Order: sequence, then structure tokens, then C-alpha cells
Amino acid sequence: MDVIIESLPQYWDGFLRTLFLAVVSGIIALVVGTLLAAARVSPVTALRGFSMAYVEVVRNTPLTIAFFFAAVVLPRLGVTFQQFEIAAIIALSAYTSAFIAEAVRSGVNSVPVGQAEAARSIGMKFSQVLSLIILPQALRTVIPPMINILIALVKNSSVAGAFYVLELFGYGKQLANEHGDAVMWVLVGVAFFYLLITVPLGYVAHQVERKVAIAR
Amino acid sequence: MTSVLYDVPGPKARRVSLIGSIIGVVVIGALLALALVTLAQQGIFQAQRWAIFGQADVWSLIFNGIGATLSAAAIAAVIAFPLGLLLCLMRISDVAWIRVPTRIVLEFLRGMPVVLMMLFVLLVFATSSFIAVVAGLVLYNAAIFAEIIRAGIQSLPKGQREAGLAIGLTSFQSRLSVELPQAIRRMLPSLVAQLVVLLKDTSLGYIVAYGELLRAVQVMADFLGPQFLFPVFFVAAAIYIAINLAVSRLAIWIERRGSKKAAGGVAKAPTAGVSTIVK
Repeated sequence: MDVIIESLPQYWDGFLRTLFLAVVSGIIALVVGTLLAAARVSPVTALRGFSMAYVEVVRNTPLTIAFFFAAVVLPRLGVTFQQFEIAAIIALSAYTSAFIAEAVRSGVNSVPVGQAEAARSIGMKFSQVLSLIILPQALRTVIPPMINILIALVKNSSVAGAFYVLELFGYGKQLANEHGDAVMWVLVGVAFFYLLITVPLGYVAHQVERKVAIAR
Repeated sequence: MTSVLYDVPGPKARRVSLIGSIIGVVVIGALLALALVTLAQQGIFQAQRWAIFGQADVWSLIFNGIGATLSAAAIAAVIAFPLGLLLCLMRISDVAWIRVPTRIVLEFLRGMPVVLMMLFVLLVFATSSFIAVVAGLVLYNAAIFAEIIRAGIQSLPKGQREAGLAIGLTSFQSRLSVELPQAIRRMLPSLVAQLVVLLKDTSLGYIVAYGELLRAVQVMADFLGPQFLFPVFFVAAAIYIAINLAVSRLAIWIERRGSKKAAGGVAKAPTAGVSTIVK
């Protein structure tokens, strides 16, 4: 037990870094994912094809490979960065945006046809139909799955710990090495800080789900 | 092909779209070419770097890696599914002192990173990395399976359970012989999708030094020399993605097959994106 209290500064630093990774990658993934979903339903064939291929490949790529690519392959391609946090953010947001795109697309699919037809019949262009009519309704229905994706993102950020980023999991490994006699408590502490993020988020998702269910 | 989201493109729109497509393809092609040139300047494409794939040893190492990946996934799936069923039954039990603790355990398992569970088992129980990987996958996926099946049971019409109870089945019998079979069938697509996630998550074994595909090629590159890291990484990534794509396709196929049979399913109302009509 003492080891948790003793290493609170490390835990706190790791906790903040995990939050930082999750928030930054989450924002990027939300924007990129929504754009990908818009491309997926757009009239331009090349955009549709690109979005489809991207989502299909990335969803089937293990996260570890995405990290390996960002941390090891990208620097060789001339994309160099000072900190490994940036590699982690690239990997996490590229990975998560594919899942966001799928969620948004299923939201678009859940909007009744009449909405798009009505919008078109009053003369709206595709961009207007999508941004003014379809997406506002679609995004609202997919908030719960979206939060679940963000919870997964928080958990996935732990992989960064294996790629030279000192976030919660990274500190956990380091502390476990230093305190060989209290490994269990070290890792219980790490788990506690993860649950501190994921459980409240899960609660929010649950509440929103109930609210949306009543509105229907 | 047309969609309710936009009018059928006329000649002008088609031309704009074609030009846009060509520009897009050119830009992506240029980026790819740039990447290839950068790599080529570092000698990535020298024949000798790829010649290692002519050796049987290299392939046997790669196949060992694939075998390790698949066996961990298969064993974890086989243990996790029954465990998930059990957890689901406990989660919806009528008895509060079974239901409430199970709920807390499920919340706990779902809220933790898989890799942390693997590391926990590895370090605290001082097991082999294989057991750590399987245990981590089992704990996490059993919790997810339980939640999926529970969602399936809750989606059933109330009459199913009431009918079961009315003909004199006990609560447990009704769950087991009336509700579960329907719930599992209904949730088959989600369950198979979770299997893809499970398979993908075996790659986390890399972090706890389990000799799965990615670790196998890394070890190989350490042994052969860093100049071979690139070729073997690309081959490993391609194999991983190919396996996952195959399993995802299987999931989609099962979903289509299920919806065709419409096992108690309800016809979906036509909606915006899906109602693309192929002309």
C-alpha cells in the first residue's frame, strides 16, 4: 500500500499525460473521423473509395502495429519528432478516427430518408444536406457509442507506455521494476487511475443512452 | 449509383467529381512515391534485404509467430465465451448478492486496459508470458461477451421470459433454454466482431514479451541486423492485417446470413445512407 502513496507524484504525472494523450487524440479523431464519414457518403467516387479503404484497413490493424509504424517507421520516412508523445498521438488518432467514422456513418444511416429528401426538395446542395440536416441528427444519436470509443481510446493509450512515453502504464512498468516486492500494489494503483477516467465516462454514456432512448 | 443524400449528378457535376478524383489520386500517389523514394534512398529496396524471405528459417520463424498469435487468440476465445455466459447469467440473476458483485467486477474489468491485466498476471503471478496474454484476453473479453449477451437478452420481447415462466420453468431454466439461445443468435454478429478485437489484441502480447508475430519479427531483426527490420515489419503487418480482414469478412458474412433468415429480426426502415440503389 505504502508504495502507492510514496509514488503519488509519478502516478499523478502519468495520469495527466494519459489524459493529455486521450484528449488531444480524441479531438483529432473526432474531427478526422467525421470528415471520413462525410467522405464515405459523398458523391465523389474517389473520396468514397479512400474513406472506405482507410476505415477497412485501419480497423483491422492491431494498435501495436500502428504504434510501431508511428514510432519506428515514420521517423525513417523523414517525419521526425522531438518527443514520442507525438508518435503516440499520431497512432492513437489515426486508429481511433476509423472507429469514429464507422460510428458516425451508422448514425447517418439511422436518420430517416425523409429528412434528406425534404432537404433536397427545398434545393439544398449535398454539403448543406449533410452539414445542416443529416449530421446534427446523426451525431446526436451516436453520442453513446462515441463515448465508448473514447473510453477505448483512454485504455488504448496504455500501449504508448510500451513505446517510450511515460504515461500511466509506462510509469507502472517503471515502478514495478523499482519495487519488485510490491508489484501488485503498484499495478493496483495504475488500475485505480485508469478507472478514475473510464468509470465516470461509462456512467455518462449510460445516462446519455437512457436520455436518448426516452426521446425516441 | 445514387443516394438520397444528393441528386443524381449531371454532366457538370460528374466532370467536377472526375477532376477532383484525379487530383486526389495524384496527390496520394505523389505522397506514396515520396515515401518510396525516401525509403529507397535508405536502401530499403536493395535485393539483399528482401532476399531473407527466400530462406526457410525466416518463414518458419514467421509461421511460429503466426501460430503463437492464433493459438493465444483461440485458447482465449474458447475460455472467454463460457466464462462470459456465466458472468452474464450472474449479472442478470434474481439474487441481489450475486448480481451486484458481478456488476462491480464487470465494470472493473471493462474499465481497464488489456495490457495492464496482462502485465498484472505476468508480474504478480510470475507466470509465463503465454499464460499472461491468455489470462488478460480472457478476463477482458469474458466481460465484453457478458455485456453483449446481456444486451441480447434485454432486446428479446418480454413475452419470451413470461411464457417460459408460465409453462413452469424456473427462472434459471427459462434463461438457459428460452432466452440464451435466442440472445446468442441475435448477437452473433457482435460476438464475432468481438472475436476480431480479441485477435487484434493478441498483438499486445508484444509488450509483455510474448513471442507473437510482431515480437517474432522484432527478435528476428535484432538477430539479423537492424537493416532487416523494415522488410520483416512490413511482411508481419501485412499478415496481421490479412488475417484480421479475413475474420471481419466472416463476421459480415454471418451478419448478412442472419439478416436474410430474419431470425425473429424486424425489417429495418429505409434510411439515408444505406438506401444507395445500384442501377
